[in-house]
Amino acid sequence: MEIKHTLDEMTSQLTVNLQERGINDPLMIGIHTGGVWIARHLHESLQLSEPLGTLDISFYRDDFTRIGMNPEVKPSKLPTTVENRHIILVDDVLHTGRTIRAALNEIFDYGRPASVTLVVLAERDGRELPIAADVVGKHIKLSATQHIKLEGPDKLNLVVQETE
Amino acid sequence: MKQNNIQLNDDGQLRHFISIEGLKRQVLMDILDTAESFISVEAQQVRKVPLLRGKTITNLFFEPSTRTRNTFELAAKRLSADVLNVNISASATSKGESLLDMLHNLEAMHCDMFVVRHAQSGAAHFIAQHVAPHISVVNAGDGQHAHPTQAMLDMLTIRRHKQTFADLRVAIVGDILHSRVARSQIHALTTLGVTEVRVIGPKTLIPNDIASLGVHIYHDMNEGLRDVDVVIMLRLQKERMSGALLPREKEYFNLYGLTCEKLTLARSDAIVMHPGPINRGVEISSDVADGPQSVILEQVSNGIAARMAVMSMLLGQRFANETEGGQ
Repeated sequence: MEIKHTLDEMTSQLTVNLQERGINDPLMIGIHTGGVWIARHLHESLQLSEPLGTLDISFYRDDFTRIGMNPEVKPSKLPTTVENRHIILVDDVLHTGRTIRAALNEIFDYGRPASVTLVVLAERDGRELPIAADVVGKHIKLSATQHIKLEGPDKLNLVVQETE
Repeated sequence: MKQNNIQLNDDGQLRHFISIEGLKRQVLMDILDTAESFISVEAQQVRKVPLLRGKTITNLFFEPSTRTRNTFELAAKRLSADVLNVNISASATSKGESLLDMLHNLEAMHCDMFVVRHAQSGAAHFIAQHVAPHISVVNAGDGQHAHPTQAMLDMLTIRRHKQTFADLRVAIVGDILHSRVARSQIHALTTLGVTEVRVIGPKTLIPNDIASLGVHIYHDMNEGLRDVDVVIMLRLQKERMSGALLPREKEYFNLYGLTCEKLTLARSDAIVMHPGPINRGVEISSDVADGPQSVILEQVSNGIAARMAVMSMLLGQRFANETEGGQ
């Protein structure tokens, strides 16, 4: 699935959302790995002056006691304090909501933000927690055997795959 | 080989951390990468992650230690584990309880990990052989054998300054004979593929068999320091020395103490390391220890991240395997 057009739509939706709420200086944070790719695009098109933050939620996952340590874990990098800031949290796919729960917990360990706005490229059915996105690029309904994945980072492409 | 296999589960993941010897390069790199991510936890307002909530880590220190025990305790607490410090000399052994009885009692208290420091080489290995299957053992220094988490924090410190191991020349200076740190460092450096490891010291403090580990031996410090990228100074372990192993301290400092003048023989961007505690004026001068090339205090900070990595990987593999077994 081509996503360039979707990213443009998300940019305008997000611009309106921030304007309506009077937020001028948001801090954007992308979730590793696909969320960071999407955040880079939005960060550029919104021309945010502050560097993009990146979050790896491996240390906050709720399934550590089931699957162990993620060997691909990357450092989280937040450019400044999140205390009192309006955060734009970006991920590629919103599915169960567990990643966002973990990300929120991690952000709150860095400080108390003024607000968190959730932006996702795609949301699919299958929520297991009461979490909803504020800006959504695509709404996708999948069967139980399918999952959706963002390929990148050079050319971003959203693909639906059959789970083995 | 058996000595090292006890460290790995059937899938080749770390189950205990007893010795660097016998571990593959990829395992060491995984520890370094994970540790690198834990460094960012230091930037959090709440310097803690919830990975090991509700788990209990027991420090079993049969030998005095300040820095190692403190950093293990901090590492466990930053992973949200509960920590039990067992002061052995004041505890069971003085009432005649055997070591194994003490271990079984701690197991009955539902501990998940033992961090062991002992004056006898092989102590951590012995304990790993006898603990219940759900318990992981970390060696925090056993006699003159190994101190693997120290070696990993040193590798982390080197990588943060030098990016790649491949082109490095590393000199380890001083009391190699009594140093479990040196032995673990040598195994780690050669496994990670540095160009050259040199050991520098008087004949009496360099063990005869050390060349078999693939290191070059120097007795003249001025020769040995030439063009190295990393200088690791070792503490002179006076408490482990008996007999006439050592010239007077002043003479030792003249021959093997690191001074600003001698440091100019190394590369200009060389870093100076020391596992601590430092004997100022014995193996290192104050102006080097506190100077711009010294990374000694960074080693201490990195020690927390390296130990967080090892502890979370050990308990993580256990959870993963329990889940598989339970399905």
